[in-house]
Amino acid sequence: MKARTMGRHFRESLKSLGRNSWMTFASVSAVTVTLLLVGVFIVIMMNLNQLADNLENDVEIKVIAEPAADAETVKQLEKEIKATPGVASVLYASRDEELDKMIKSFGDELNLYKQSNPLGDAFYVKAADPHKTAEIAIKIDKYANTYKVVYGEGKVEKLFNVLNMSRNIGMVLILALLFTAMFLISNTIRLTIVARGREIEIMKLVGATNSFVRIPFVLEGIWLGVLGSIIPMAVISISYYELYEQWEPRLQNELFQLMNATPFIFQVNGLLLFMGIFIGMWGSFMSVRKFLRA
Amino acid sequence: MIVMKDVYKKYPNGVVAANGINVEIGRGEFVYVVGPSGAGKSTFIKMMYREERPTKGDIIVNGINLATLRNKRVPYLRRQIGVVFQDFKLLPKLNVYENVAFALEVIEESPKQIRKKVNDVLALVGLTQKARMFPNELSGGEQQRVSIARSIVNVPKVVIADEPTGNLDPETSWEIMKIFEQINARGTTIVMATHNREIVNTIRHRVIVVDGGMITRDEYEGVYGYES
Repeated sequence: MKARTMGRHFRESLKSLGRNSWMTFASVSAVTVTLLLVGVFIVIMMNLNQLADNLENDVEIKVIAEPAADAETVKQLEKEIKATPGVASVLYASRDEELDKMIKSFGDELNLYKQSNPLGDAFYVKAADPHKTAEIAIKIDKYANTYKVVYGEGKVEKLFNVLNMSRNIGMVLILALLFTAMFLISNTIRLTIVARGREIEIMKLVGATNSFVRIPFVLEGIWLGVLGSIIPMAVISISYYELYEQWEPRLQNELFQLMNATPFIFQVNGLLLFMGIFIGMWGSFMSVRKFLRA
Repeated sequence: MIVMKDVYKKYPNGVVAANGINVEIGRGEFVYVVGPSGAGKSTFIKMMYREERPTKGDIIVNGINLATLRNKRVPYLRRQIGVVFQDFKLLPKLNVYENVAFALEVIEESPKQIRKKVNDVLALVGLTQKARMFPNELSGGEQQRVSIARSIVNVPKVVIADEPTGNLDPETSWEIMKIFEQINARGTTIVMATHNREIVNTIRHRVIVVDGGMITRDEYEGVYGYES
């Protein structure tokens, strides 16, 4: 295809938006409404996902060494724990630090124990993959000189199950919404193209190749997608930024953190724009295809 | 120019619209196709520009066998054939000039050539003054002239017309016929389906009568009629 022809397609697609202004309006509105829904949903899902990640990463294994073990043995145990496959980090806390922590939470009466500390040294172990926590805990429990290995048995599994389920539900909902959006938008575009079936018929009669007919429509679909994604992008950017500014300071030390506004908003915007363009293109492509058979 | 050999066409609903058609139309001929409604006239015409495909048999137009022509090649066939319809088939949102230029844009003609060819052909059909008007601002006869201009602007070897005067009053019909005569005089083959007895009987040309999906009569300098 000649560059001149591509220029013609480009101009035609823009002109056609204006010529068919009502249809343009209908398609752009459909894209706007659905992308807005999808966008809001993605923002909520991503933040919930982050919460889930934080919860998961908060899971750790506490390994208490045998209180009678000497420093050398404890060092050996630390080495063993660190060498365990799947272990991401090991934080050592001496028996005295452990006691201080207990005194802080349970009160000064425990000061009594400072004379002879009954506690053992402790290791706080994080798994590279939080889902393998239980597996790793069981392994560590078999090492010599461990007094106790705690990781919240039962609770952790339940938490993971709930989080997994919520993630899956979120994914299904997003996919369903996307599918509905595609269907809705491509249907609207189809209607606008059906109304122009005569135009396509004439193009074919005078000897237009299929791609010559198709390209202006597909370009037009792209414009519809771009136009339709402007409002959702603006609304989501502004409102998320506001929300972030308002709430971020209040959530400083909470487990639930909002996603940082700056890369996140751009990512969501990029995704919305991409979806708008893709849906517009796809909708036009599928609709024109019907007329190009035969 | 156009050859049909044992052409047979059966539609999915069982209607047989062509039942063994054999015909040969030479270069530069002017042929009327007449026959009652539902006799297979339209199918006969449509098969020539590959709007319909024969179920059996061969159709050769300008050396191309349409029975075996792949869909992808159809646009290139169409560029060698001009088609004119009863309902004009103009693009309502383009003006006269743009409607004619459209046929050249489609074949990626250069802007300079487009300007020249469109102006020439508009002069031929007498619409130079109305180039900037839109189809809904024109009379039926003028719209048909635009449609003819579009069909001949890239100088096809064949023009196929499906009742081009069907929607026009007698006087306008004669004007349209004059234009077809001119085009024919330049050596272009013309195949025209028509119901207009007066035209067929006055401007004498070859007459092919299609009835029941078959050619029942084929006469040079023939007259209108298919009752016999």
